[in-house]
Amino acid sequence: MRNERLVALRRRLIPYGLLGPGILWLILFFVVPLYFMGRLSLESGIFPEFHFDWNFSNYSDALSAYDTQFIRAFEYSALATIIALLIAYPLAYAIAFRGGRWKNAMLLAVIAPFFTTYLIRTLAWETILSDNGFVVNTLQTFGLISNDGRLLATAPAVIAGLTYNFLPFMILPIYASLERMDTSLIEAAKDLYASSRKAFLRVTLPLSLPGVVAGTLLTFIPATGDYINAQFLGGARQSMIGNVIQSLYLKQTDYPAAAALSFILMAVILVIVFIYIRFAGSEALMGEEAERR
Amino acid sequence: MMEARAATLPAQRRLSVASRAWKWVRENGIVVYGILAIAYMLIPIGLIVVFSFNDPAGKFNFTWQGFTLSHWAHPFEISELTNALTLSLRLAALATVISTVLGTMIALALVRYDFFGRRASNYLIVIPTATPEVVLGASLLSLFLIYGLSLGFTTLLIAHVMFCISFVVIVVRSRLIGFDRSLEEAAQDLGADPFTTFRKITLPLIWPGVVAGALLAFALSIDDFVVSNFTAGTEVTFPLYIFGAAQRGIPVQVYIIATMLFAVTLLAMAFTVWQQRRADRLASVRPEQEV
Repeated sequence: MRNERLVALRRRLIPYGLLGPGILWLILFFVVPLYFMGRLSLESGIFPEFHFDWNFSNYSDALSAYDTQFIRAFEYSALATIIALLIAYPLAYAIAFRGGRWKNAMLLAVIAPFFTTYLIRTLAWETILSDNGFVVNTLQTFGLISNDGRLLATAPAVIAGLTYNFLPFMILPIYASLERMDTSLIEAAKDLYASSRKAFLRVTLPLSLPGVVAGTLLTFIPATGDYINAQFLGGARQSMIGNVIQSLYLKQTDYPAAAALSFILMAVILVIVFIYIRFAGSEALMGEEAERR
Repeated sequence: MMEARAATLPAQRRLSVASRAWKWVRENGIVVYGILAIAYMLIPIGLIVVFSFNDPAGKFNFTWQGFTLSHWAHPFEISELTNALTLSLRLAALATVISTVLGTMIALALVRYDFFGRRASNYLIVIPTATPEVVLGASLLSLFLIYGLSLGFTTLLIAHVMFCISFVVIVVRSRLIGFDRSLEEAAQDLGADPFTTFRKITLPLIWPGVVAGALLAFALSIDDFVVSNFTAGTEVTFPLYIFGAAQRGIPVQVYIIATMLFAVTLLAMAFTVWQQRRADRLASVRPEQEV
């Protein structure tokens, strides 16, 4: 009798044993650090002497000092997300429905950028867009930009860099949702005399929305906090909130301001994601698997 | 009537050429677009490979100067770069092993068992993936600062394992969901204890998922710049080296090593696809067949 209860108890404890070490790691090094960052954001003083005194003015001070970079980050990443969606959707469609036996090769090409280092990809774009480079020279020859015009250190360069770097994150979820789609639904729509366009708008597009939601989130979130593209492809007037946080933490050692900015960034992103998911009504964030169960 | 038809024929043919062209564009435009979009995605990779053969005049490898193999003959001659690469490989290997073990265990718990706190655990796994890296790095640095932990290899490893776990869980979980449990039950009916069942049945079947998760963790770790930027202290990983060198001028060797990494990843990718197919074949083996 006692033995049976012990076995039952052990059975109940198995999942916690499996879960324990990993979850503990996430709690210790994801949740706890957030708490300490929150604490740091309410401290005052100058490096290296800080003390905790509920200094909420860090938030308003940081926000009023860096509102330009803050707004710019959301502006750039929103634009990059929209452009990436416009590029990615037709490509995902082509791979899913017209890929044929080239499907896997095309998918491999889509993820190929991940096989090289993020920084080097961005450096490659810096090379391509550089002042004496082929692209700038061609545009100058055709008079599309002035003879001393540049592409580097402009907003379009940073936005283009963000778009490029996060494009696979947009393509893959859209592709996955199109691939999973039951194509007989499109046939049914056409049998019921829907034009190709109508069938797309009424059937294909709505069914691929979860992929679109996941893709836009996977692009928008990292793009907003990014500082590599602004660093390599932009100039001082293109710096984003990520650049500010990085510099405040690592160069100016103004930890309270940096922590406050990080918190605001995270909060704003969470709010946007929450509203977006409410409107798009999607299971995208938790993953289809979690929802299906 | 024949003559009338003949007279309208050229006009009709012209029209039909235009309309056939339009029809072709309507039908194949998307494919042409797809090819162009993929070409666009591959441009920087092409540039990296091409520029690894460049013979730059100054210290900036920005314009094409001429073809040379001399740098390929000495890919590891810059010791700082080689040290950074070695550190990155060591870090990625360790972070991969730890995060793959922890992540696979979490995935098993989440898919196999129903327990109190399951939903909360799901959130705890997803939220780090939806947090900007700069926030992950900044918050870890806040923790290390407050506890006065000196930054270095240990803090890097802690950080890398942290952001890899979630991705391993997501990959392994997707593999576990389509899992046929009757094989495990069969093993236990035949008297295998839980550990033997896991080692002989479960692990081989989920192995491709575990390998895929591990490869993703390795790729994330070796490519990470932002979180490392915050947690490295004076240690220099491969991406951190590139970041520092970007201001001074990137040596050709960076492009060579990037090309090598690209080739190796491509091979690893081919290997997992092959493993996956093999496992699918194994899983579909009927009892009466020889294994």
